[in-house]
Amino acid sequence: MHPAPSVIIFSVLSGLGFGFMCFMALGFLPLRGMWAFWAWGIGYALAVGGLLAATAHLGNPQRAIKAFSQWRSSWLSREGWAAVLALLAMAPIALGDWLGFGVPFVWRGLAAGLALVTVICTAMIYTQIKAVPRWHHWLTPVMFTGFALAGGALLAMQATLAFVLLLALAVVMLAGNYIGDGQFARAGQTMNTATGLRGEVSVFEQPHTGGNYLLREMIFVVGRKHARKLRVIAVLCAAVLPALMAAVGGVGLMLAAVVVHLVGAFAARWLFFAQAEHVVGLYYGKR
Amino acid sequence: MTCLPGHTEKKLGLAIDLDTCVGCHACVTACKGWNDQGYGAPLSDQDAYGADPSGTFLNRVHSYSVQPDQGAAQIINFPRSCLHCEDAPCVTVCPTGASYKRVEDGIVLVNESDCIGCGLCAWACPYGAREMDVDEGVMKKCTLCVDRIYNENLPEEDREPACVRGCPTGARHFGDFADPDSKVSQLAAKRGGYDLMPDMGTKPTNKYLPPRPKDKRLDASLLAPLLDIEAKGFAGWLDRVLGKI
Repeated sequence: MHPAPSVIIFSVLSGLGFGFMCFMALGFLPLRGMWAFWAWGIGYALAVGGLLAATAHLGNPQRAIKAFSQWRSSWLSREGWAAVLALLAMAPIALGDWLGFGVPFVWRGLAAGLALVTVICTAMIYTQIKAVPRWHHWLTPVMFTGFALAGGALLAMQATLAFVLLLALAVVMLAGNYIGDGQFARAGQTMNTATGLRGEVSVFEQPHTGGNYLLREMIFVVGRKHARKLRVIAVLCAAVLPALMAAVGGVGLMLAAVVVHLVGAFAARWLFFAQAEHVVGLYYGKR
Repeated sequence: MTCLPGHTEKKLGLAIDLDTCVGCHACVTACKGWNDQGYGAPLSDQDAYGADPSGTFLNRVHSYSVQPDQGAAQIINFPRSCLHCEDAPCVTVCPTGASYKRVEDGIVLVNESDCIGCGLCAWACPYGAREMDVDEGVMKKCTLCVDRIYNENLPEEDREPACVRGCPTGARHFGDFADPDSKVSQLAAKRGGYDLMPDMGTKPTNKYLPPRPKDKRLDASLLAPLLDIEAKGFAGWLDRVLGKI
């Protein structure tokens, strides 16, 4: 699948933002006054900035409001609702932290829950796609949630929690790589099932000499050359190194760990798309 | 709502005969020609006469080489377009309700004024039936020529999809699969019409008719007996005399 920058930026930044706001809502980082204002500002900037980046992926972003209509069937629509509700639910908590009034814990819990639901909805957009076997696995929402919580804990300066969550994320990423590699074969789709033809099927001639949307969007093979190296970089930067930095602790090192984590998260999300193979590639004899 | 209808009155679709298709791409050009005008945004091309041309098409013809376990290899031409699935995954993923399946005839369509061009429906389709139009930023797909098949301004013989009308070998058949007596249902039953990637659970309406097995190699031309001309009458007498000299 084509790793569109807008979608990578969206899912990484929004995930981190909602994960961070989750911890903020639950009072893990008890800030007051202007410190609270800036911390919440970062949370909102990440979440909203990511969502805005996602609209760059659309062919007709001016009609984006229509995406709220199909929440009964579409995960993308549900994600839109969850994001808006989470951002709204967070608002009184953010104002309370800034201006110094209390918000009932039930409400804080609800807001944190909505933030997590948003991240899971994002993941489900990919998980639901049966035609991309690597994504069509329960590990996808686990991984997205893992990134949100681990990154959020780092940004919320929760050293111990971040250490544990980052190690868990490393395990999920490794499992995702290992299981993901076998997913296409397990889905059982071949050129034979795609065409229904018996015997040894190979491409004699492609249907068109130029490129098309399918080849650009779904049959992305460029840049997989360095996938192995990038995988190591992703796990090291997103999980292992920040975990070690969190173990040492200190505000400066934790902030540096967030940056390292983000580099790894971007590499991991790029791979999430670039390595995902769509079954339509079978018609072209490519994956 | 982009929920799928539980039942459609008709199941309009195509039966595509892989035995008859010669891979001439007439259906591709007929489709492109018809959908350049009329229904929705015209199918656009980018850099059409330049170094890197590409464009939106709703129908593509692949060519495969098939080597059976026994016997000679075969070339199979394979047209690929929307299968108008009963359980269409492209419809349910749509966040805006632009994608829908019609209750009356089962045609899967895109309401382009609602489409935000997110591309999720194209991801959800295992068959690559949907292509985003670069100029318009909306998703394009086969409409089963919904603007032809019910169009009373057209002569009756033209009220079928452009690809079917344009096929010079009669490899494409249009009809109602919900009616067991329809031409397409009969063809599919008789010829063992099958679904593409049935395990994907999409329940395609369109059926592919398998190529007939070639039981023997044809080393000599079928036209050979016609070339064996025997002269008769005066020409025959002359032939015999001249042969003896």
